[in-house]
Order: sequence, then structure tokens, then C-alpha cells
Amino acid sequence: MQSWQQKLKDTLLPQPLRPAWTWMRQNLLDSWFNTLLTLFCLWVVIAGGLGLVRWVFTQAQWEVVTANLRLIFVGRYPVAQLWRLWLATLLVAGVLSFSWGALQGWNRKVLLRVGCVGLGAVAVLVFADGMSALWCGAIALLIMGAGSGGAWCQRQPLWQSCKQWLPLSWLITFLVTLWLMNGGFGLAAVSTKVWNGLLLTVFVAVLSIVLSFPLGVLLALGRQSPLPIVRGVSIAYIELIRGLPLIGILFMAQVMLPLLLPPQANVDQLVRAIAGLTAFSAAYLAETVRGGLQSLPKGQWEASRALGFSTPMTLGLIVLPQALRAVVPAIVGQFIGLFKDTALLSIVGLVELTGIARSIAAQPDYLGRYAEVYLAIGLIYWLFCYGMSVASRRLEHSVGTQS
Amino acid sequence: METERQYPWRHPKFWPRATQGLLLALIGLLIAYCGSNLVANLQQKQLQVEFAFLQSQAGFNIGETIVAYKPTNTYAQALWVGLVNSLRILSLGIVLATLIGGVVGIARLSTNWLVRKLSTLYIEILRNTPLLLQLAFWYFAVFLSGPPFEKRVHLLGELSFSQRGLLLPDIALKLSAITWGVCLGIGVALGVWVWKIQYHQKIEQNEPSRPWFMAIVTLIFWGCLAWVFTKQAPLTVIWPTVKGNKTISGLLLTPEYSALLFGLTFYTAAFIAEIIRGGILAVPKGQWEAARSLGLSPNLMLRFVIIPQALRVIIPPLTSQYLNLAKNSSLAIAVGYPDLYAVASTTFNQTGRSIEVILLLMVTYLAISLSIALVMNLFNRRIQIVER
Repeated sequence: MQSWQQKLKDTLLPQPLRPAWTWMRQNLLDSWFNTLLTLFCLWVVIAGGLGLVRWVFTQAQWEVVTANLRLIFVGRYPVAQLWRLWLATLLVAGVLSFSWGALQGWNRKVLLRVGCVGLGAVAVLVFADGMSALWCGAIALLIMGAGSGGAWCQRQPLWQSCKQWLPLSWLITFLVTLWLMNGGFGLAAVSTKVWNGLLLTVFVAVLSIVLSFPLGVLLALGRQSPLPIVRGVSIAYIELIRGLPLIGILFMAQVMLPLLLPPQANVDQLVRAIAGLTAFSAAYLAETVRGGLQSLPKGQWEASRALGFSTPMTLGLIVLPQALRAVVPAIVGQFIGLFKDTALLSIVGLVELTGIARSIAAQPDYLGRYAEVYLAIGLIYWLFCYGMSVASRRLEHSVGTQS
Repeated sequence: METERQYPWRHPKFWPRATQGLLLALIGLLIAYCGSNLVANLQQKQLQVEFAFLQSQAGFNIGETIVAYKPTNTYAQALWVGLVNSLRILSLGIVLATLIGGVVGIARLSTNWLVRKLSTLYIEILRNTPLLLQLAFWYFAVFLSGPPFEKRVHLLGELSFSQRGLLLPDIALKLSAITWGVCLGIGVALGVWVWKIQYHQKIEQNEPSRPWFMAIVTLIFWGCLAWVFTKQAPLTVIWPTVKGNKTISGLLLTPEYSALLFGLTFYTAAFIAEIIRGGILAVPKGQWEAARSLGLSPNLMLRFVIIPQALRVIIPPLTSQYLNLAKNSSLAIAVGYPDLYAVASTTFNQTGRSIEVILLLMVTYLAISLSIALVMNLFNRRIQIVER
């Protein structure tokens, strides 16, 4: 009787904290095969880790990266005009954190993290470049302020009616950012040829993402459409693009697009690149969205028909919100892929992050320092992509299908 | 009695027809506009769209070839060499990526904490950096930064790694390989047949039998027969030998090929690992428990319950990864490996014939993609659930 009660207690009550040895025996050493595996992995971790640490701290010469930080981030953007980029970053960061605070809520944890990161950046930069430190501090403060402001707005009743102005504010932000980067209207013009490095990567990636999303949704709807011509055109486009390598499409955008437009239309190289990336990404996005559309039960269509909704209303109010919600992780995966794919622009002659890595590695002062440069650039890409995937997990959680 | 007025746009067929007509008109306008511009531009540059240039002399050298090629050959032959080089990288890449991806994917499900964390680390690093950067890393930071050939790193005997690439043993077929091939082919076919019969007996009639044993005996029998016929081995492994500064024998993988192979394989393997992990996790827990409670051995449980169900989930995304690998092999141009895209790009630079080159590229890559998709779809159809 006692043992039976004990057993029930064991299963119902929370397990007491297990000692480390028990955990190890259960997770690392529970059979001879696992023990062997553990030993092998330990050897890999210790040998690889030691080798890496030794290389990073003794053999690697990080001067090639630290001396070229400006080149990596903004490329050959004129130094005298750098304040414009800082200002643009400030603006985008402010609007972004305000929207985040207003739509998602904003807690003390985020505030604390932003503060810590900002403080760290300021502390690191204050020795290298006082101006940058100042800007970084301002950006961190603005993010904290705007986020909190957004969170405060969220609780105001008036906000619910102001919410619809958010897309417009984003459009204005985009136009102002473009103006700040490009110049004109009183500012000195800066050619797109000197928009290099991370600046170009982020710019191209954001524009392509924003442009390819509606195109992809339209193509997905077209592919599912009962109208034969619409369906045929969508299928032909999607399958043709998906059969080609991206580099071929970028090449086409660079070489063929000028041939297809009138001779006097002089399309900027950057615009051609964005057009190629958008055309490519839309086809893949369409297939992802199609998955979401197919996962939707037919009853949803029929119910909305029975309620008297027209086709556009059914799509906009019933079908798309559910279908897109179902494939949020896959869509973000596509966006991450698009961000990585911007690296291919270096092959068609745009000097974005990967292109700048090549030109830095070719500097005569730092010949043969490939590993340092590529690792540093890889870290930047990794931070962005990993950040996006973490954000997607959050997003999945908050807009998830549990509602 | 007043009848309701008939508005033409209230007709149920009106909007579908109008939408499609509008779309057709738009596409027609676009084609007409672009086409007229194209014609005007071509006339201005005095170019014509024709494929006759393929028969003229290429005049450029190709770094590594397995089919014979000289700069005096034609563009068509150069492009053929590029295609063979592409197929060479992507066939090996697909096999290796599947193997590594399978191992890493299963490692992510291991009960061993350390193994699980290491494979997660591998996947998170490789998936979140661009392939182009990884290729550049493998090429410039690993293979070209290796020691010079005189100071090569010996991995095992003359198996070595240096700036010249990886020196591996080569395999040479003898003439008797034909006889061996025929005999082993018959052996495998008969073995599979025997195995199927025996398995049927074991499962359906519950008679004791040893399917594997009998199948292997059949195969060995035919192997012995081949040996009796030919009295020699079908192939010889040529161990690499080096004399002074020259490789006499053995297979030298160039840095370009190795970098591309390593980059493509490890990158794609990270994605395949996630697919395989997802596929295995997609099998409901009840299936594992049911299989165990039926008394199936772990081996039989995997073969008859888990793997067939996991494969159904795995194959479609796996196909798209294979297609991605095939398309990504065009990044060879970044490491200087002369694949189809690189050769086509050189051809374009020399002749300026953009439309022809792009058409050729499109057709070839579509053909490669379609053939991979076809094979995988056939396989997919075989393993899909058979419904009543």
C-alpha cells in the first residue's frame, strides 16, 4: 500500500531537482553507444573549441576588420554625408519601435535589453569614434522612448481610431529615408554606386521583401483561381522562375531588362537588381502562400458565400487572414532566404556585404586575411538571419492559430 | 408586375470573363511593348537572334574538364563541357548532402544531450549565412590557404590536402567489369526476388525463413560465377603516388571543385537535416507505441511503421532541396569552377549574345530541374499512402 501511494506521489508531485550526476547518466551515458558518442563529441568540442580560441586570439589579425568597419557598414558613402544615414536610422528605429510598442506591447524586459545593448555599443564606440557613440546612444534612447510611447498609446481609447494611420506613417518614413539616402531637394546628391556594404544589403532586402509579398500573394491566388487563363499565367510564371537559378535571373535583369525597355529609359543598376530579386522571390512566396490557401477547409469559402460575401470580400476578410496566419513561419523563412540571396548581387557587380568582403580581402595591406573577413561578414549575416527567425517564432506565438 | 432590370455586370459570368479578358489584354500589351523595344534595340545594335555562333571557335580555355576540350573547339562543345561539369558536381552533391543531412537530422533527435546540441549548432550556423559567403570561405580561407604542395598535410599515407586540392585514391575499371556488371546485375535481381518471396513467407504465412541470408547467398553465388568467368577483379583502386612535385596517379580534386562540393553539401545538408527531423517528428507518438505493443522488434518497427510514414512527409520538401542544390551549383562561378553557368557567362562576354545565351541557360536548367522533379515524383508516388 505504501509503495503504491509513493508511486502516485512520484507521478503527481513535481520532480525534485535532480543532481547533476543523475542528469548526466540519463542524458549522456545511458548506454555504451551513447557513452562513446559523448566521448567523441567531447573530443570534437574540446579540440575544435581550443583550436578556434587559439586562432581567434593569437593567429588571427583582426585589424583587417576593425580598420574597415566603415566600409563594411556603409561602403564608400561620403563621410561628410554620414549624418544623413544616422538620421535615417534614427527615424526608422523610432517608427519601428513605436509600431512594435503599439501593436505588440512592450515590456520592461525589452526595455532593459535595448538599454544594455545601447550602453554596450556606446561603451565600445566611445574609444573609437565619439560621433558614432553619440548617435548610437541617441538611437537606443529613441527606441526605448518610442517603444514606451507606443505601449502607452495602445492603452488610450483614442489610439484605436488612429491605428489606421500607421501604414501611411511608414510610407512617409520610407520616402524620407530614400530622400536622406539619395539626396536632392536641398541635399547633396549621392550616387547609388556608393551605397555599399550592409547599407545596400539591408536596403535591397527590405525593398524586395516589401515588393515581393503582395506579388507572391496575388500569384498564389491566381494559381488557385477557377479562371483558366489567370491560373495558366500564374502557373507558367511560377514554374518558369522556380526552374531557373537566381543568378540567371539577376543576369537577365541586368542584361535583358535594358533591351526590353526603350533606349532612352536608363534604369539604375540597383533598380534592376531589386526587380530581379522581387521577381524571383515572388514565385517562391506564391508556393508558400498556396500551402496556406490549401490548408484552409472548403467550408470557409462556402460559409462566406452563404453569408453573401463577394469574392474580393471573401478573400480579404475570410481566406487570406487565415491562410497567411497558417504559414507565417514559412513566409519568414522565405524572407530569410531572400536576405541571404542578396549576396548574389556581388556577382552581378553590386558591392553589397559579400562584395565588400571581397574587395577588403583584396586590399594589398591585408593580403591572405580571408578567414577573418569572411567570418566577420558571416557573423553580421548570421545576426540578421537568426534575429529574423527568433522574431518569426515570437510572431507565430502572438498571431498563431490558437485564437 | 415589375421585373428586375438586367444589369450586364450582374450576370454571373460577367466578372470572370472581364477579369480574364483584362489580364489577357494587359499581357498582350506588355509583350507588344517589350517586343517592339527589343526589336528596336536589336536593330540599333545591329544584332540578330540566331544560334549560328555556337559553331564558331570558342577560343577560351576551361580549367578542368572530364571530356576532351581544347580552346579551338566550338562554343557548343564548351557549353557541353560546362554541362558535364555541372552534372558532376550536383550528382555527387545530392548523394553526400542526403547522407550528411540524414545523420545530422537523426542526431538532432538523439537522446544524447551533447549530440543534440552540436547538431543544432551546425544547423543554426550553416542555415543562417549565405551560401555564396560559405563558398568564398571554403575556397579562399580553406583550400587556397592550405599549405603548398611540398608541405602537404598527409591524412593517410599519400591521401593529402594542399593548395592543389585533395589527393584521393582513384578507381580504374578493367575490361572484365562488363562481365562482372552483368553477373552482379543478375545476382541483385535474383537476390531481390528471393528476398521478396522469403519475406512474404515470413510475414504472411509465419514460416521461419531468413530472407537476408538467402538473398546474400544468391548474390555471392553470382559473384563467384563472375570470378570463375573472368579470374580477375573488376576494378583496381589506384593509391595516389607522388614523385617529386608531381602526382603520378590518384584522383586530384581541384580546390575549386572541392570548395564547391564542400560548400554545397554542407549547406544543403543543414536544410535536409531539418526536413528529416521534421518528418520523423511528424509520425504520431501513438504509432511508436502501437508498434511496440504489437511486439515488433526495433528494426521491424522502423521499417514497417516509422520510416514509411516519415518518408511521405520527407520526400516533397527533400525534392525541392535537391532542386535548390542543382540551381545553387550555378554559384560555381564565384569560386572559378567552370560549370554550365560560368561557361555560358564567358560565352556571353565574348559574343555579346545575351538572348541566345539566356535561352540556352533557361532550357538547360529547366531540363535539369524537371528531370530531378520527375524522378522524385515517381518515387513519391510509390511511397504515398494507398487509399481505397
